[in-house]
Amino acid sequence: MQIRPILAALRKHRLATLLIALEIALACAVLCNACFLIATRMSAMDIRSGVDEAALAQVKLDCDDCNANDLNARVLSGLGKIPGVRSVSVINTVPFGDHAGTAGISLDPAGQHFGGVVDFYVAGPGSFEALGLKRVAGAPPGPDDYRRIDTTFLPADASVWVTRALAEHLWPGADPLGKEFWMDKFHFRVAGVLAHFARPGGGEGGPSTREWSVFVPTLPGKDLSGVYLLRAEPGQLPRVLRDARAAAVKLAPEAVLDQQASRTIGELRDRYFESDRAMAGILLGVIVALLLVTALGIVGLASFWVAQRRKQIGVRRALGATRGDILRYFQTENFLIVSLGIALGMLLAYALNLTLMEFYELPRLPLSYLPVGAAALWALGQLAVLAPALRAAAVPPVVATRSV
Amino acid sequence: MFGYYLDLALRSLKRNKALTALMVLALALGIGATITTLTTLRVLAGDPLPGRSARLFYPQLDHGPREGYVPGQSEPDMTMAYPDAMNLVHARRATRQAAMALAQAKIVPQRANEHPYFTNGVMTTADFFALFGVPFKYGGGWTADDDERRAPLAVIAEDLNDKLFDGADSVGRTVRINDRDFRVVGVLKHWAPQPRFYTQGLGGRSYGDGDAVFLPLQSARAARMGPQDLECYSNLTDINHIETEPCEWLGVWVELDDAAAVASYKAFLDGYARQQVALGRLQRPSTALRDMMAWLRHVQVVPDDVRMQTYLAFGFLLICVVNTVGLLLAKCLRRSREIGVRRALGATRRAIFGQFMVEAAIVGLAGGVLGLLLAELGLWGVRHQPAEYASLARLDLGMFALTFAVAFVSSLLAGLLPAWRASLVAPAPQLKAA
Repeated sequence: MQIRPILAALRKHRLATLLIALEIALACAVLCNACFLIATRMSAMDIRSGVDEAALAQVKLDCDDCNANDLNARVLSGLGKIPGVRSVSVINTVPFGDHAGTAGISLDPAGQHFGGVVDFYVAGPGSFEALGLKRVAGAPPGPDDYRRIDTTFLPADASVWVTRALAEHLWPGADPLGKEFWMDKFHFRVAGVLAHFARPGGGEGGPSTREWSVFVPTLPGKDLSGVYLLRAEPGQLPRVLRDARAAAVKLAPEAVLDQQASRTIGELRDRYFESDRAMAGILLGVIVALLLVTALGIVGLASFWVAQRRKQIGVRRALGATRGDILRYFQTENFLIVSLGIALGMLLAYALNLTLMEFYELPRLPLSYLPVGAAALWALGQLAVLAPALRAAAVPPVVATRSV
Repeated sequence: MFGYYLDLALRSLKRNKALTALMVLALALGIGATITTLTTLRVLAGDPLPGRSARLFYPQLDHGPREGYVPGQSEPDMTMAYPDAMNLVHARRATRQAAMALAQAKIVPQRANEHPYFTNGVMTTADFFALFGVPFKYGGGWTADDDERRAPLAVIAEDLNDKLFDGADSVGRTVRINDRDFRVVGVLKHWAPQPRFYTQGLGGRSYGDGDAVFLPLQSARAARMGPQDLECYSNLTDINHIETEPCEWLGVWVELDDAAAVASYKAFLDGYARQQVALGRLQRPSTALRDMMAWLRHVQVVPDDVRMQTYLAFGFLLICVVNTVGLLLAKCLRRSREIGVRRALGATRRAIFGQFMVEAAIVGLAGGVLGLLLAELGLWGVRHQPAEYASLARLDLGMFALTFAVAFVSSLLAGLLPAWRASLVAPAPQLKAA
């Protein structure tokens, strides 16, 4: 295929060529960045909670004036009687629930060596098994590991299970079993390491702190009551939760059932990521509309060029060019214009990314997005030009002999 | 002349129905997206109390430590400690002033078979209602005396009144909140300013429904109601007595009628901060006194996502306009012969330019009409989004007019280049070619 005649023809239509190239360039810039934004959102949504989400639900009761021990006893026995409930336990919060035990820890009793802000899961007997936490080191908590809260918030001295991510942050390269840390005067000793366990509200310190969780086995009482973890038999969770919500209101009429928080972990997860999903949907809509408009623009302009050059096409055909030659001519022409647009678009995409980085917490656009965006636009261009190019190829040689 | 251009333009557009539809559709998509996001942005960045907001100011003090303080640069804290808020309210240096915090209020219905539930409450001082011009349906607010006496009084919203008292005049009746009895002194008419300016910094939602109960600050605290947001800047001894603990949890709003009043209040605030520094209660003398709109900008009340969507929509509109330019250009170049004939018959360059601009404007008008429909569709989509501002996204008369303004401006911009190229066509070569 000769490129020179195409370039010569394009030089005659400099303005229109530039416009299409500019449109492709803008589309390329928006496409790359929108795809990147979608990918960022999707990866944020891809948190491994480390618990058996499909089998778990939370029931939350607010009651300032209740006797906590009495409330726990009533609810634990009442909910346990619901058919399909495998276990009920007391816990302070669940993954994708509210923050309940967020605190800074230190690696020495004096509080000099700051370890980071972690989330404490303060949880009663049965909860470890109910959550379905996977261990990578240490034994599961035994009955003696569950301690009483003496003052407030946490047991004063406890064996705890930390995630692998937290252990690697606190003691890089060392065996975390038996290591100690402090939160104010509270003292903890690592008795086991968990594969995964996400903190309730994602990670405030960025994605790397997402799994900075500590499981503290604790006996229910004054400072541990009101939030209950339900584990249901496989496939029965929605009905079990519905029954449990109805039962909880009857079991504790003086308490307020938290309607928003008393959900399955799956529902809490969906709600937690709702706005991310909506934004990803909007971005996807923008991409589709953008590609559509760009394709329509190419179709429109190519059709005009074909109509304008009917006579020239006829002459070329009369001089021996095949249908395939004509078809390839328009395809090559489109390829050249789109390539020009892409070259310009890559620069624009980078500039747009830099601007976005200034206003939003966004990483740099990975280079791999550029060839993918380019390939998509080349394909789009070829698809859009196909119909006009076929029409051009169908022009009969006899056109050359007609005067107009 | 205009009528003739109109006729020519319509003929030309009709001759190429597919292409015309294409241009209109592309432009309409761009306009629909732009108007949808602009409407949302306008609602979210709007003035919550038109006519009143310019007189309302938010004083701030700084409880930060001495270390790291840079005079003139350190930003004061979002909220105040109880003693400071009360000192400012009691000083009465503004026309009106009120301190406030948000709280969850447990409502216990007095009817059988109804379960207690939580609702959004505001703990505040007497001036709150007059300060913000809150409309009452029945009764009114409470007095500064009631504040001091810790009177168990409540103002409730219309919704809650409908729920508890079936919409009857409930002034004088009792409502049970946090297991204490409060006497209703007033029922509000619907009041939900958007954005919810007074919740900023206090840990509340930025948009959505209004609050349901308003209680005198000290009476609410006596009923063990805690603030939504509490920031403590040194070690606590007793979390239940946040009035005396080193914690910040109150916002203060003041009404200042003119620039002189603002200047004198700022001087008073600076003097107060310096005095507290001298007393050793504060470490930093920095203060701020922003008006309402400046405060809303400062706390960045408009969600980042909405801003990003608006930029996206404008980028999209730009692409649509470039697309229209290309198509119009192709079209006008193809009509070189027709232009040549018109020029030979005496049409001036200006006449040709006008003719093509009219054609572009018609495309713009059609794009505007279709874009308006698409914007309505887009806003319907926004209303079904999981965001607290979702229900606010509605098209008003101003945005209706703006839609057509955007449509005309973008189509005329798109038409400029093709029309200019068309007007440059020389008559002779075109006629010879024929």
